[in-house]
Amino acid sequence: MTSTAPARQLLDGCAAITESAIAAGCRFFAGYPMSPFTGLLENMSRRLPEVGGHCLNAESELEAVNMALGAAAAGARAATGSCGQGLALMQEAIAELALNELPLLVVNMARNQQDYFQATRGGGWGDYRTITLAPKDVPEAVEHTQLLFHLADRYRAPVILYGDPLIAQTHVSVDVAARDFDPLPPKDWALDGTSGGTGHSRQIWTWAMGKVSAPGPGPDRHWRAVAAKFDQIAHDEARSEAYRIDGAETVIVAFGSAALFAEHVVDELREDGHRIGLFRPVTLWPFPAADLAAATRDARRVLVFELNAGQMLDDVRQFAHDRDTVRFIGGVSIHASGLSYGPLLDVAPIRSRILEAVA
Amino acid sequence: MTEVPRLVARDRPELILGDHGLCPGCGEPVALRILLEVLEELDIVRRSIGVVGHGCYGSFVQIMDVEVLQCLHGRAPSCATGIKRVRPDTVVFTMQGDGDMVNEGLQEVLHTAARGENVTCILLNNGVFGDTGGHQTATTVVGQRTKTSLDGRNPETHGYPIPVADLVASLAGVSYVARGAVSTAGGVARTKRMLQTAFEHQLAGDGFGLVEILTMCPTGWFVPAGSGPDYLTGSLEAAYPLGELSLRERA
Repeated sequence: MTSTAPARQLLDGCAAITESAIAAGCRFFAGYPMSPFTGLLENMSRRLPEVGGHCLNAESELEAVNMALGAAAAGARAATGSCGQGLALMQEAIAELALNELPLLVVNMARNQQDYFQATRGGGWGDYRTITLAPKDVPEAVEHTQLLFHLADRYRAPVILYGDPLIAQTHVSVDVAARDFDPLPPKDWALDGTSGGTGHSRQIWTWAMGKVSAPGPGPDRHWRAVAAKFDQIAHDEARSEAYRIDGAETVIVAFGSAALFAEHVVDELREDGHRIGLFRPVTLWPFPAADLAAATRDARRVLVFELNAGQMLDDVRQFAHDRDTVRFIGGVSIHASGLSYGPLLDVAPIRSRILEAVA
Repeated sequence: MTEVPRLVARDRPELILGDHGLCPGCGEPVALRILLEVLEELDIVRRSIGVVGHGCYGSFVQIMDVEVLQCLHGRAPSCATGIKRVRPDTVVFTMQGDGDMVNEGLQEVLHTAARGENVTCILLNNGVFGDTGGHQTATTVVGQRTKTSLDGRNPETHGYPIPVADLVASLAGVSYVARGAVSTAGGVARTKRMLQTAFEHQLAGDGFGLVEILTMCPTGWFVPAGSGPDYLTGSLEAAYPLGELSLRERA
């Protein structure tokens, strides 16, 4: 992946994701304001018309995601978003997108890390998954935005960018230029009206019944094929990062902003002589199962730090080399406003919970 | 000498690829036919995209030779908005039942109308959820029997029906609203002209259009198939007068 043109700017995460999306060719966005997602909607509504695109302030999350579904069905690079509470409303449409094979970027500018289950298990109907990338900071969010548009088009599937208040509101100098990816197949499935009257007019439908003159596979064969596609994605697209993992007796597992803080604690503890490292799932789904098993093979303890009651913990227990070594050191911690992290997301409490577990 | 029959009308438009498979006496295939005839006559088949709801409409998706997005129940106007915004040169229409548009999707159709989206929404109103077997919808008229109002819709317990076309006509941003019925030959011809006018408004870029079409559902109404048109006249048509609705003037 290389940058085609440098475009370094000082931007907050919402503005940076907006610019990155536009550089990737996004020309349609619809959303409903909700903190901390609101900044993304504001940026999109200002910037998209300037580049010939559309941004709609929809009257609900239901309408926002279905507007975006329509734009995607017509072949546009489209996106929507909210925080986890709004994504709860969008689940039906996300399942629909997965099962009728439409690409869409859904940004969860989450209030915390309590949407792991929602992102990785989904709340819609049917056999589907959503590729979910969890950046640790704004530069990675910029990179992930473009990667996700690419993966959505490549696999014809909805994808999720899992952000949070720190990513939404932190100002960073970032390069938002378009990145290069492998060529994608043409969107010959997209609706443009031109196939009407040919006896083979295009159809987008979760049941894939086709026309009586040109029958489709129907739901049984179609949904088997969709399930097989997600199996393939699980095999090919898992991403992770191992940090100072060599010789580590203790492996911390954390994602997103929590991993950024944990990284700093690992540095501190390494200086103090602790044999400790960090494993970070970059894709929450597909979960980097094989990488985690390898990274924890020699570990005496695996400590899961996430800002929720223990959601990723299920996957770590399932895929760590020895599940008996896994312990949970995270927890629910919400700011008094209800809109962001509480005091647990800081170096001192993470450090003390690790030292307590190591003792 | 045998008389050669003179062809006065085609059996069916070429855009209908096969049998509809719906119940005998259903009014919806009649509405579909005149819709497809209008697309042909306006020469817009090769630029049209339909957004179609669930239930009985799954049959249409398989037999209409027009590009179609089958969408979630109630959401067709939102999907149509997304399509039309990114492909403004296409002709975009929705085809929805009353359960779809007026129950689950009332918010979508009203907001799409208020935004003045340049799309045409078509409501096939039979006053029941036909696909599930005749249950009460938001347009079931007072006194009408359904499987969830067996003694007839009673305003004291079931509330009143929602005249969605009247609501839409009260919104600025709307270019055309009309209500037709396919229960008589004359009604079919008048409804076809309404559809044509609605699409002409879309082609002119005038903004949102709605054509409500009253259709028979003898299966869902518990009446013999042949009695559907008469039942429609005495029930739905009495509550929802036919014709073009007067529009609010734009500011």
